[in-house]
Amino acid sequence: MNRSLKKTLFAATSAIAAVTITGGAVAFCGFYVAKADTKLFNKASKVAIMRDDDRTVITMANDYQGDLQDFAMVIPVPVVLQEEQIHVTENAILDHLDAYTSPRLVEYFDEDPCQVMYRRELAAPMSMAEDSVTVTGAQKKDGLGVTIEAEYTVGEYDIQILSAEQSDGLATWLTQNGYKLPDGAERVLESYIKQDTKFFVAKVNLEEQAETGLKYLRPLQVAFESPKFMLPIRLGTVNADGKQELFVFTLTRTGRVETTNYRTVKLPTGMDIPTYVKDEFGPFYKAMFAEQVKKENERAVFLEYAWDMNWCDPCAADPLSQDELRELGVYWVGGDGRNIQPRRSSPQPAQDVFVTRMHVSYDAQHFPEDLMFKQTGDRSNFQGRYVLRHPYTGDAQCESADVYRASLPQRFEKEAQTLANLTGWDIEEIRSDMNEKGQTFDKPKKDSWWKRIWNNDEEEG
Amino acid sequence: MASVKNQGKIDKLLRPEAAADKLKLSIASKASRHRRVSAALMLFLTIRDGDKGNSATMKQRLLKDPRTYQILTLSGLLVFGWTARAFEIAPNHFLAIAAAACVAQWLGSVMIAMRPDFKSAVITALSLTLLLRADTVWPLMAAATIAIGSKFMLRLGGKHVFNPANIGIVAMVLLTDAAWTTPGQWGTATWFAALLAGVGFFVTYRAARIDVPLVFLGVYAALLFGRAIWLGDPLSIPMLRLENGALVLFAFFMISDPKTTPDSAISRAVFTAGAALLAYVLTFHFYLTDGLFYALAIASVLRPAIEWLDPAPRYQWGDEILLPLFLKRPRNPRAPAQHAPAE
Repeated sequence: MNRSLKKTLFAATSAIAAVTITGGAVAFCGFYVAKADTKLFNKASKVAIMRDDDRTVITMANDYQGDLQDFAMVIPVPVVLQEEQIHVTENAILDHLDAYTSPRLVEYFDEDPCQVMYRRELAAPMSMAEDSVTVTGAQKKDGLGVTIEAEYTVGEYDIQILSAEQSDGLATWLTQNGYKLPDGAERVLESYIKQDTKFFVAKVNLEEQAETGLKYLRPLQVAFESPKFMLPIRLGTVNADGKQELFVFTLTRTGRVETTNYRTVKLPTGMDIPTYVKDEFGPFYKAMFAEQVKKENERAVFLEYAWDMNWCDPCAADPLSQDELRELGVYWVGGDGRNIQPRRSSPQPAQDVFVTRMHVSYDAQHFPEDLMFKQTGDRSNFQGRYVLRHPYTGDAQCESADVYRASLPQRFEKEAQTLANLTGWDIEEIRSDMNEKGQTFDKPKKDSWWKRIWNNDEEEG
Repeated sequence: MASVKNQGKIDKLLRPEAAADKLKLSIASKASRHRRVSAALMLFLTIRDGDKGNSATMKQRLLKDPRTYQILTLSGLLVFGWTARAFEIAPNHFLAIAAAACVAQWLGSVMIAMRPDFKSAVITALSLTLLLRADTVWPLMAAATIAIGSKFMLRLGGKHVFNPANIGIVAMVLLTDAAWTTPGQWGTATWFAALLAGVGFFVTYRAARIDVPLVFLGVYAALLFGRAIWLGDPLSIPMLRLENGALVLFAFFMISDPKTTPDSAISRAVFTAGAALLAYVLTFHFYLTDGLFYALAIASVLRPAIEWLDPAPRYQWGDEILLPLFLKRPRNPRAPAQHAPAE
């Protein structure tokens, strides 16, 4: 019996070779390379992915700030892309998507406790951290077992699609062509090459760039069909200086997207926090995110927004128009220029675009493998939303006003603790900031008990 | 059959002591012992007040049935998911799944005139609750109905073809977008996987199917490590995959189901290794995120062929554990097929 079992195991293991050799993996998204003396730095990126069955459109925002002639980017792609599969779009669309899906603040103003309460909402979008990317230029193609499958000029980019047989050949080719490969990149390239991945190399065509009249680089887009729904981050971790921030926006028909090889965790939401955070929402968001990353042992992907694209409540920005969605690859919405429903309209499932925003802070140690995604049928809405409740400051005189005022210190204390818990900030500092900004913890002076017995007769109201 | 059953019911209602005698008889009869366990449990629940002595025996039986441990373990995991992992499973999801599973089990049992045994239905419900998600309860209830229904409708050679929870999941994932699995949600905390594995070991040990998760995880791990070595990837990548809680859950609580794995140890190893290979191919070469579940469903379709080549006596819940497990197992290929209750 033992022998048979061993035999089976052996048969199964030797089958690996047959299986893996025939299998081809596909990959996407890239890393930046720099010339020898340029510090490699690749910190924050925004990627939008339209996914419908195998159809995929990826939009990569580029926040490169350096000299344009030094820019170059290498991205693994699943197939040799035709010229029509590559496109350049506007930053504004991704910025809009970012704003629409951002964590938001909501303000409520306590009404006169002697009256009813009303609410006013104010949504302040959080824009993501900006970091520069330092990269450098390519020159000319050469041999070394590297095949240039195609060359195009799209927008301000000169693009080459490479295939390689050996990682050392590709590495040598890249080095000879003026790219500086970070240590360890060759090994990752090897893995991608064995999975039959092509490489998309882009640099800036200065003449074309001058014609655009823009000071910045526009996002590159690629459209392709692939059964694999993933985002390669491994090359990006090779030249990373510390952790990198990645924002992934997905546009799907069915529902929310989540990662299958890492946990996708919802960002804490819906809490009441001290009102002074209104002026510090940026630091609050960053501190909270960092704290949550720590709590999840630095291994989780965070869900920041999941919503039907038809509406929002409250809106950090209007939903994207049909034209914008189409530009991002949502081919099933009409391109006739009509806007999608304005803000706060009721849900219109006919639009069928569900947006998911994921945020991950990653490095090679905690995220060794590329991000693998799956679409779920989950259409329940989720947003990062934080509530500021402004206490009533008017001169209310009634019994419920006394009760209301007496309850405030306790409420403020709870807000302070929530904030400390979310961000890891020092509770004493929070309390003193609150005190300074008008949320005091002093108990209101209580009338003596005997006064409360008889003053009904002496006072009116 | 039906009339016998009704007579039993009448006995039970009118003369509890007669039913108790019957119970003693059924325990004494070694040959039919295992078949009688579920029936006896039902009786135990009805007449325990009248017969304390036999209650103790019944309790022992209850403890011997690996499904008892499985229910406890899965419930523990569900509580862990609810508390530590903050799974978004509303308790009403579990109740709806359990209700649908029990109704289906009852209907099926009535159909074939058997006493309904709800333990397996509860296990299926727990597995579905742990592995399948939906926005509403209907897809989950449908999955539970398909799962239990398959035990009664899809039978071959006196055994049900599919693991109930497995076919429930596969059917819903293939047929609709309304239900989905969340393979990443268990996270990769090693300690958690170890805990799960430890508990799983215990459960499968009770079910005398310890070889199944070992072979499955062994073959799957070998494939993952082989791939990583071939690609030159760091070994943290296959480790990440193996630490996945959903994989361990699948290995210990789904594929190891003794009712839907072959009865002979060799066939079982072939079946399990084949499922692991299939799961690997579906996941890494066809990029199916639910490759594990599809692999088991496909392997289950092929299982009767494997069993036909290598027949063995049918497993019954509560079979004694044999140590070393797959060395001393009695084999009698010519044993007449028993009528197995649909569990």
